[in-house]
Amino acid sequence: MRAATPSRGIGAAEVILGLSVGILVVVVAVPVLIIFFNAFWVNGQFNLADTLKALREPDTYRALLNSLFIASGVTVMSTIIGTFFAWLVTRTDLPFKPAMRVLFLVPFMLPSFIGALAWKMLLSPRAGYINRFLMDVVGLDGPVFDIYTFTGIMAVETMYLFPFVFIQVCGALERMDPTLEESARISGASLFTITRKITIPLVRPSILSGALLIMLYSMAHFGTVAVLGIEAGIFNIPTLIYEKIHQSAGSFNSIRTGTVLATVLVITAALIMFIQNKVLSRGRYQIIAGKSFRPVETKLRALRMPMLVFCIAYIGFTIVLPTVTIFMVGGLKTYGLPFTAENLTLANYRYILFDWKMTRDAIWNSVTLGLAAALITMFAGVMISYVIVKMKVRGKGLLEFLGMLPFSVPGSVIALGVMLAWSGKFGINIYNTVWIILVAYIARYMAFSLKANSAALEQVHDSLVEAARASGAGMGQALRDIVLPLVRPGMFAAFFLIFLPALRELTVSVLLYGPTTRKIGVAIYTLNEDGETVYSAALAGIALLIIVTAQTLIGRFTRARTMT
Amino acid sequence: MARVELQKIRKSYGDSTVLRDLSLTVNDGECFTLLGPSGCGKTVLLRLIAGFEKPDAGVIRIGERVVSDAAASVSAAPNERDLGVVFQDYAVWPHMTVFDNIAYPLKLAKVADTALRARVMETVGQVNLRGLEDRMPSQLSGGQQQRVALARALVAKPSLLLLDEPLCNLDAGLREEMRFEIKEIQKNLGITIFYVTHDQEIALAISDRMAIMDEQGIIRQIGAPDEIFEQPADEFVFRFMGVANFLTVHRQPGGGWVTGGGQRFPWEPDGDASAWLAGFRPSDVRLGRNGEGLRCRVKRASFLGAMMDYLIEVDGAQFRTQIETHAALAQGLMFGESDACTATFHSVHWFKAGEIPEGSR
Repeated sequence: MRAATPSRGIGAAEVILGLSVGILVVVVAVPVLIIFFNAFWVNGQFNLADTLKALREPDTYRALLNSLFIASGVTVMSTIIGTFFAWLVTRTDLPFKPAMRVLFLVPFMLPSFIGALAWKMLLSPRAGYINRFLMDVVGLDGPVFDIYTFTGIMAVETMYLFPFVFIQVCGALERMDPTLEESARISGASLFTITRKITIPLVRPSILSGALLIMLYSMAHFGTVAVLGIEAGIFNIPTLIYEKIHQSAGSFNSIRTGTVLATVLVITAALIMFIQNKVLSRGRYQIIAGKSFRPVETKLRALRMPMLVFCIAYIGFTIVLPTVTIFMVGGLKTYGLPFTAENLTLANYRYILFDWKMTRDAIWNSVTLGLAAALITMFAGVMISYVIVKMKVRGKGLLEFLGMLPFSVPGSVIALGVMLAWSGKFGINIYNTVWIILVAYIARYMAFSLKANSAALEQVHDSLVEAARASGAGMGQALRDIVLPLVRPGMFAAFFLIFLPALRELTVSVLLYGPTTRKIGVAIYTLNEDGETVYSAALAGIALLIIVTAQTLIGRFTRARTMT
Repeated sequence: MARVELQKIRKSYGDSTVLRDLSLTVNDGECFTLLGPSGCGKTVLLRLIAGFEKPDAGVIRIGERVVSDAAASVSAAPNERDLGVVFQDYAVWPHMTVFDNIAYPLKLAKVADTALRARVMETVGQVNLRGLEDRMPSQLSGGQQQRVALARALVAKPSLLLLDEPLCNLDAGLREEMRFEIKEIQKNLGITIFYVTHDQEIALAISDRMAIMDEQGIIRQIGAPDEIFEQPADEFVFRFMGVANFLTVHRQPGGGWVTGGGQRFPWEPDGDASAWLAGFRPSDVRLGRNGEGLRCRVKRASFLGAMMDYLIEVDGAQFRTQIETHAALAQGLMFGESDACTATFHSVHWFKAGEIPEGSR
């Protein structure tokens, strides 16, 4: 009789579980908890009075109001624009609809702080090219538009955020059963009535969920407000956190205010997430089936061409114009010169690409940090998803909660938490190194990785692994031979979902950068703050090239993969 | 090649106990079928033998080896049990070719390349998959995938083959074909098969011995297929083995047995209870135009091609019977609805009316 191995002891399962819990606790739980701790505890004691005092400072509540005000404005404007364009490209006979649809998604690719930079160059009250042209050449008395205002900030954010609503509503409109509208038409309803009574109510959940996503994003958005708001003294919560941390060089009071602000931001974000979940769970109409129908097209008739011109003008104004401006300004010998041949040069680009160590480092840092964050988060995500999806263990609900938490925790909050946790408090000090940014990215993007990998793992039936076990494979072997190859597409998806945003990211890195650890975003931002507008623009141009190239390569690569 | 012995197996999930004190022996080299309604715990039993689950109590032996002993905390991993398993959903690995799927157990066993190739191709031949070795599973039909799963389970010549409803996703023709193939392979290889299904037809056709399990996970009867069909231990087994008719029969005060309408019933149970159920299958009924037997009425007549299917009413009770169409024509037994007829019986199984558990179909 052969002796069978006893079933107790520490096996691969326990190791995986332990590692998963460890990673999430260290990377996600500690930073978030330390923020709450700092916000409510003073000298080891719970102290709500001080918290309220920090909240009552005029700076603080003004920033909160600003955040809410800007986010509301952006949400309303984006929702109207996004819904309108979505309707135009799905339900009308607008010419070139497929091309238009792709073009309306381009703003997703452009980092909004680079857009803000471009608009500053075009519409700042005194130096903006459009304002100057109208004053100097046309002879207007004052600037036609001042970008350093709430309206300016909201307009710029809207340009780059409306695709959130656009994409959701496009999907809903396409999946909606057209017979619902047809039967209304047969009953004698006019097109206007049908749209108001049938179509809009049916796509309302999609509109709302897109709108709340924009609200969440805008509340926590740093770049645009930082670039356009500082001049006019407009702060929102993330920019105020940045200001407090940077100007007071880490004094206790400013950190405390920072954590209180962060707490307010987290609570607001959680509230928005909660409402969104409600909307989504309530709004799943059966009527919007998974099938793809060919919807009825509204004839635009006389408006067909004007609408096309309007769309092209919108794209030209919000995408082409700012992009061209960035590249043109980046080529100027000195900021403020007119765009003539003798004023334009490639020297700036050559200088920041090859000669200036700071910018070269920034590009290198961005690419390596993006790669490292994507790789680590991808692998950790596979492991944690495996525990959540496949293992029957207690406490995996906690794992899921921790992994998804960063979805509702804004970037500036994670950055602040990581800063507090890993600046020596627990004996580890990685402040001012690239590692602290890396740790923050892992926390920030873990949710993306978990989503992609869980989806892939759910496709891998347990019996596939059991078949391998019965064939003679140990657990590790079965994971290697069966599970890993099958979740690889999910892993690739996770990688790209992380690499691209990490590459261009500003909100987190701007709070965590040290003298040698600037990323492209931070470099562009600091150059702009220092008045080096031309170099800032040139670097922004290069960043755009890198982003577009990466996006295109990835698009081609993933398409090639899904074909086989 | 291996005997499987289960001793006092108990398995619970949370509060619900699926198996209690179940003991069972599968003899070396036999094809043993565990037949039961869905959700009765038969798959759990298979998974316990495979080692995918651990019993809460009891001992499992495969061959001479104890692979699982709850009291001694012994549990061999599935890969240490020398098994082949075929799953209900086939579990063919979608990222490997047919060849790689089948070769996998041999690769793990580190079989040399030429020997591996030869053995895989031999197995491919056994399951009639020749020419499809380089296909991906997505290019195969359900039946072909099922053969890949079977080949993969057989290729390493395990001493025990476990099959979990492997045919229930196939269409009727393919199911019949595959069931002969499995039986054929088992005969040629002399392998022990443990087969789990809810399909009595397959179980009867394929098994050397079979066990009937009820919803509570209790084994009602173990025996050869003909034994179980002809001598069901109780009403549950009788019902489970195909279409079952029941007539309630009472003891007449003066002696003899009558139906609800007072007609004399031609068979006699041995026992002294007063109320009995007479169980019989459609094939046990002999219909006639007139003459001896119970006087009945045809309630519904359906022409099924080779067979005529009748629903017969007798004194308020109903039963089903079938007769071959050409026999019916020859004997003048093509009844129409509400025609009168008589019925006698080839054989009747008697069950005490009181002992029938409610809810056991």
